Amino acid sequence: MIHAYKLNGYNIILDIHSGSVHAVDELAYELITNYHNPARLEEIRREFADASDIDDTLEDIAALIAQGKLFAEKTMQQVKRSTGVIKALCLHVSHACNLNCSYCFAAQGKYHGQRALMSFEVGKQALDFLIANSGNRRNLEVDFFGGEPLMNWQVVKDLVSYARSIEPVCQKHFRFTLTTNGVLLDEEVTAFANAEMHNVVLSLDGRKEIHDRLRRTPAGNGSYDSIVPRFQEFVKRRAGKSYYMRGTFTHANPDFMQDILHMLDLGFRELSMEPVVSPPDAPDALTQEDLPTLFAQYEALALEMLRREKAGDPFSFYHYMLDLSHGPCLHKRVAGCGSGTEYLAVTPWGDLYPCHQFVGKEQFKMGDIYQGVTNRAMENAFAENTLYANPACSDCWAQLYCSGGCAANSFNASGTISGVYEYGCKLFKKRMECAIMVQVAKASERF
Amino acid sequence: MNRIVTLDTRCLDGGCGECQTSCQSCKTSGVANQPCEN
Repeated sequence: MIHAYKLNGYNIILDIHSGSVHAVDELAYELITNYHNPARLEEIRREFADASDIDDTLEDIAALIAQGKLFAEKTMQQVKRSTGVIKALCLHVSHACNLNCSYCFAAQGKYHGQRALMSFEVGKQALDFLIANSGNRRNLEVDFFGGEPLMNWQVVKDLVSYARSIEPVCQKHFRFTLTTNGVLLDEEVTAFANAEMHNVVLSLDGRKEIHDRLRRTPAGNGSYDSIVPRFQEFVKRRAGKSYYMRGTFTHANPDFMQDILHMLDLGFRELSMEPVVSPPDAPDALTQEDLPTLFAQYEALALEMLRREKAGDPFSFYHYMLDLSHGPCLHKRVAGCGSGTEYLAVTPWGDLYPCHQFVGKEQFKMGDIYQGVTNRAMENAFAENTLYANPACSDCWAQLYCSGGCAANSFNASGTISGVYEYGCKLFKKRMECAIMVQVAKASERF
Repeated sequence: MNRIVTLDTRCLDGGCGECQTSCQSCKTSGVANQPCEN
């Protein structure tokens, strides 16, 4: 199976099951896309004057097929995610927030429940639970999440200190990450986060009027003026360590490229701008009518990335950061993100959920950090929820890039974790076309 | 002339689990962005 498309002057052939990417000229594009259509191939022979050129190109195509780089067959039929080994936890250290963002999937940080902060004792037990259930995994990940995790900052610091103290004993390496709205970002937080956090996600939606429209304080005031200087200082002192400015675009700003340009103007260079995921009848939900604009924005973003890279001032956009030569293995691409099996979320009181987006949905509770995973039926449902769980994905060219998509989005859109969130699929495929084109454009500089 | 240029991609045809959990790296919705850490 192949996916053929034209973008930014490039003719691109993606071979789905080998992962090979071919940049081709018009004749090769015609021959490859009609390779299994003898009648059309004969027409092409009549249209092109130089028959030997066609024969040479067909020979090249046959060689690529023989090498397994074109029309390759699917090599992995099915996997079931392993259970019993956990390597990542999302610690909900705070089910409270100092902002009141209307589009928040976590219902303003409380996840449809009561305001709560995780105690050090619960957090310590969660880390012990992670170590005890991590098998031979060396890299363990802990994300401090909420709500707003900085509202429980002392516990975050104490948990990091505890984890660092036991690393040599248990022969593990903890990789900490933090997601924050920036309201409480100060000198002390900046210094600690820059020393200990492998990655920090900073929430900013872009232009002031866009950001302040939905990201307000409980009193109804915008947060842009307060957080932007804090973020700028934080990033300045990040000294090359990873961070992401994480924005959300909605029906109010399908022209999200303007928000990305604004973030670049503010000095930020590692960007992630995500479509809002909300019920279709929500006031800020993206619509079918928004799609052409969004597609055009993604293309403009790819061109801007290339332009700035050539000008010596590059920036990164999370979804375009494909590493074609050292990306994830096939097993990972088929098994997916690991939610519900190797990745779990922990509530402030120690309950376990498949991931942060399922917290608050009681039917998805999987156990707790004291008894471990006790809901084996739910664990098994997630273990079987791989790329090939949904027949609709088997014909999709983007299957080995999206891995079947996000279980939470699927559940919210279709009522099942293996369903299809079609709107998300359309955006994802456009992003992948642009991301692969960026790789082709960079490589073409070396051709 | 070269009508087909194949990029240097690592042919898909692991599972060691040492790579970063993708959702930890926007917290909403691609696995393909994760580098291999084997």
